[in-house]
Amino acid sequence: MNHLDRLEEQSIFILREAFHKIERLAMLWSAGKDSQTILWLVRKAFFGRVPFPAVFMETGFDMPELIALRDRLAKEWNLNLIVARNNVEGMNPSKGRVVCCSALLKENLKKIVARHNFGGLIVGVRRDEDPTRAKERYFSPRDAHMEWHVEDQPPELWDQFNTDLAGSVHLRVHPLLHWTESDIWEYAEREQIPMAQLYFARHGKRHRSLGCVPCTSAIESDADTPAKIRAELRATKKSERSVRAQDQESEDAFEKLRRDGYM
Amino acid sequence: MHSTEQLRIVIAGHVDHGKSTFIGRLFHDTGSLPEGKFEQIQAACERRGVPFEWAFLTDGLQAERDQNVTIDTGHIWFRTPRRRCVLIDAPGHKEFLKNMVTGAAGAEAALLLIDAVEGVREQTRQHEQLLQLLGIKQVVVLVNKMDRCGFRVDVFRRLAAGYPGKLVIPICAKTGDNIAAKSANMPWYDGPTALEALDGFESPEPPANLPLRLPVQDIYRFDNRRIVAGRIESGALRVGDRILFSPRHKLGTVQSLEGRQSVGITLAEQIFVERGQIISHEHDAPLVADVFSAKLFWLGKQKLDIGRRLKLKLVTQEIECHIESLSNITDDGAFADVAIRTKRPIAFDTHDRVAATGRFVLVDQHRVCGGGIITKGESIERSQNVFWTETEVSRADRERRNKHKGTVVWLTGLSASGKSTIASALERELFALGMHTYVLDGDNIRHGLSANLGFRPDDRTENIRRVGEVAKLFCDAGIIVVVAFISPYRDDRRLARSLVDEGDFVEVHVNASLAACERRDKKGLYRKARAGEIANFTGVSAPYEPPEHAEIVLDTERHTPAECVEQILRHLQDNGRI
Repeated sequence: MNHLDRLEEQSIFILREAFHKIERLAMLWSAGKDSQTILWLVRKAFFGRVPFPAVFMETGFDMPELIALRDRLAKEWNLNLIVARNNVEGMNPSKGRVVCCSALLKENLKKIVARHNFGGLIVGVRRDEDPTRAKERYFSPRDAHMEWHVEDQPPELWDQFNTDLAGSVHLRVHPLLHWTESDIWEYAEREQIPMAQLYFARHGKRHRSLGCVPCTSAIESDADTPAKIRAELRATKKSERSVRAQDQESEDAFEKLRRDGYM
Repeated sequence: MHSTEQLRIVIAGHVDHGKSTFIGRLFHDTGSLPEGKFEQIQAACERRGVPFEWAFLTDGLQAERDQNVTIDTGHIWFRTPRRRCVLIDAPGHKEFLKNMVTGAAGAEAALLLIDAVEGVREQTRQHEQLLQLLGIKQVVVLVNKMDRCGFRVDVFRRLAAGYPGKLVIPICAKTGDNIAAKSANMPWYDGPTALEALDGFESPEPPANLPLRLPVQDIYRFDNRRIVAGRIESGALRVGDRILFSPRHKLGTVQSLEGRQSVGITLAEQIFVERGQIISHEHDAPLVADVFSAKLFWLGKQKLDIGRRLKLKLVTQEIECHIESLSNITDDGAFADVAIRTKRPIAFDTHDRVAATGRFVLVDQHRVCGGGIITKGESIERSQNVFWTETEVSRADRERRNKHKGTVVWLTGLSASGKSTIASALERELFALGMHTYVLDGDNIRHGLSANLGFRPDDRTENIRRVGEVAKLFCDAGIIVVVAFISPYRDDRRLARSLVDEGDFVEVHVNASLAACERRDKKGLYRKARAGEIANFTGVSAPYEPPEHAEIVLDTERHTPAECVEQILRHLQDNGRI
């Protein structure tokens, strides 16, 4: 069994555990590369089905191509799509990027979790993205305020996950935690997963990580295939989230967002 | 195409022996730091007014940087000349053993750091034991902070002597000695650097020729098929195979098979399958038993002790269990050899045969509090061949599991003498002690089972006969049944006693004078009886025959209900009932 098979098997196992253990499970789906990969794995795990809702968070600053991809796949793959539109009057990154992220994503997420009373949310975070995500568990409880108590995480070993909800309101499930950015592209290439064209270089630029339009910047690149992207990643010393402006505001900007319930 | 092989390596060792520093230095010396990271760490250190700290690379939390201690396991990817590695930075602080376990359980190799000056400390030993228990055999020892002892060879040799047969490398993480390049300060050492040691680890191949083990994870009914889903932990499965479900011991035939390792199968037969069963081939089944020996690590806040009820999770099986015996406990209470008994038989293997089905975790109040590997177990199916046949479950079987004897505690006495109060207090106490217990009193008998009976003498006799028969069934079910009935006639009580074996019946005279009972009269029954509104009222218009040979006499005029309960409990204990 090769490296990609091992990653895939582990993710499928996690998804099936989540589906068995968690009532009112849902997945966050941005149509970005990580959530596309999860959706692909879900369909493998459940024999062609996506047996829970896919929640798409719209901020009003969304990438049009991702919206188009979303609508196409929702139909093709027969998804139970929930679009969560926020309605924060006048909010934009000029108010402060972290303030904006909190208002448009984090608070909106709290609302949607409360409205549907979700017991668990599948989220596409990976440990290689940043040092706080490196400390995540596959199954991670969030309290009523959606806070992440990182100092007091339960042990997790031998694929025995903490699925009981003592003192927490919902569980975050992270089936891609053990994948790297390079793994995603290697797998996407092997499996022919539909990916937004924004990731592939045109006129010397491409997107490495997709967020809201104002806070996501393209990188200089000629990588127009998954294989070239992987070659580029081997050579680069820039981190994946360096193109996300909100992370750069202060030393712990991202940690604060995450402790507070951000993905 | 380059190799995507990757190896997971945990960095272990006592707190402050330099684990996070080592990772930071390794990244720097191999040019692996992301752009701007060095400057970022520098800025974070300046803000705190501390010297440059490599550990800030993996100590991703504010609290970790502020307190300069790793709190939780972090994973960081790293590329050596030979392969990709995931370095797992685990906390060395004692309080965070659970996080160390979390990091180490997924590792295939380990680096154990030891401070050259401080030497082997408590967590060094603890981590060594844990690595051994987790079955991580590839361990390289790094003797760190060699600068603190003037790079002396004798200091190194003394520590290295404690690890015969292991590669031991003298390093200084802070200054980069023997990290990625040979140290000029230690010309007496000619072995590999830490980086070379990383490349010396082997990627363990999954052992071949293991028996099929496919724990059932779920059953899907998305369409008209029933798909049995699970992950093959070892061995191989093909369409047409005859398969055995353990511990239920049912046979089936694979009709269809989808997937590679995480599979979905359908069966040719209409049999009931549930999560937790382990699928194997018929001739090479896992062990099935309700007791096994194991090596345990313990993370619980309370001391590990015999008898505590815990949840055991072994692949997809979950079951109540308790520790039946305990030996070789380490001084820190973190490791022990145990025998574990499960509430019902489960399917498992010894860890040296099939690792995935030979290990388990223990859960206490929703939290993983320990885990272990199974060293020994004997299938009851083979040793006795009784469990799966249709033998009756005997009272002795129930009592062995309950750990107390089925007993009828019969409270007799006047109305308002205190029977119900004492019965419910006794029930509460027994329940708190983990016993199986139930109260029969007027409320649950007179309104149901005996609803058609009044209070005339023959009705009373029939009522007590019924209560006696019900109590007998409870007693046979291994339950301590507490009967609270006036039961005024000696003959009736004698009949109830005769229904069960000698010793099973404990007659308790709840004694208070008629005057005292009449004074209490909370329900106003005596008043009504005196007024002639109630006929056949015991003590007023009907007789009460006090017991002559009651096992226990309670004086409720002089003693509180709590004292009376203690008196009963002592009697039960003295007579081996509980």
